[in-house]
Amino acid sequence: MKELSLNILDVTENSVSAGAKNILISLIEDEKGILTLTIKDNGCGMTPEVVKSVIDPFYTTRTTRKVGLGIPLLKLAAEQTGGSINIESEVGTGTTVTATFDTKSIDFTPIGDMTSTLVTLIMGAPDIDFEYIHQKPGVEVTLSTLQLREVLGDVSLGMPEVLEWIREYLTEQYNNFGGTN
Amino acid sequence: MKSLAELAAIRDKMKDKVAIRDSESGTRIVVGMATCGIAAGARPVLAAFVEEVANAGLNDAITVTQTGCIGICQYEPVVEVFEAGKEKVTYVKMTPDKAKRVFAEHIQKGNIVTEYTMGN
Ligand SMILES: Nc1ncnc2c1ncn2[C@@H]1O[C@H](COP(=O)(O)OP(=O)(O)OP(=O)(O)O)[C@@H](O)[C@H]1O
Ligand code: FES
Ligand SMILES: [Mg+2]
Repeated sequence: MKELSLNILDVTENSVSAGAKNILISLIEDEKGILTLTIKDNGCGMTPEVVKSVIDPFYTTRTTRKVGLGIPLLKLAAEQTGGSINIESEVGTGTTVTATFDTKSIDFTPIGDMTSTLVTLIMGAPDIDFEYIHQKPGVEVTLSTLQLREVLGDVSLGMPEVLEWIREYLTEQYNNFGGTN
Repeated sequence: MKSLAELAAIRDKMKDKVAIRDSESGTRIVVGMATCGIAAGARPVLAAFVEEVANAGLNDAITVTQTGCIGICQYEPVVEVFEAGKEKVTYVKMTPDKAKRVFAEHIQKGNIVTEYTMGN
């Protein structure tokens, strides 16, 4: 993928498909340039066997599941910087995908356009509550659809006019963020 | 700064419109957003359609939606156009510029852009 934000869009779609009601996406960059991505959902979860097969598409216990590429691509993006990926999942409780990246590595894929990723996700699943935080020393960008929903009442987050407002709201915050990596 | 008050104003404007939008007569533009679609550039294609529809003031008549696997990875980004009473049109290897042209010629004027459809 050209941008990490595209991996994030793709992997978060798994949480949407898993029937999650709440999804947290966090990007935390520390002083040393280590970036930690967390995608946490309360969807259907996976058995340990499925988790293994998802991380390594060539690990096979059964052959019924189609081999996906989403998680392996994120894993590759993390590992090529010297980072790693971890998946914690429990059936009926949810899944947390964590990946670390060394942003100083020449093989670090730029984060790219997180605003478009978030707007796309909300557009595709307007009833899910998304919590977003992107932090680096001294600055942060945040979004809570729960907070927006309190204002919107019965009006869907998926309305084009609302999505446009969210796009501008995030763009403004990112303008003060001093660019992403 | 964007304020929540502004969002509240949008809410008040939208409230009356909800009913109209639910009517199922309009055109649907569907963008494939599986892993392969996203990798091939589906996100900006989706954004281009959303922008064209909004700019044309057609948010009530046309819906832009996402779907997962359409089953033809090598042709991604794939876009399907559904119009009431007409056969589905499938556009392949789309870009934001192609999306703009499909919007102007097909969606607005009714002329399918055959050079972007399957088999061309
Ligand atoms: N957060 C999650 N919750 C539950 N199941 C998950 C989650 N993430 C991944 N999975 C399971 O792992 C599979 C593979 O995920 P991956 O992203 O690697 O491939 P994929 O191509 O996106 O598959 P799909 O198109 O079916 O989502 C998914 O189809 C799903 O069964
Ligand atoms: S996985 Fe590519 S179109 Fe389905
Ligand atoms: Mg996926």
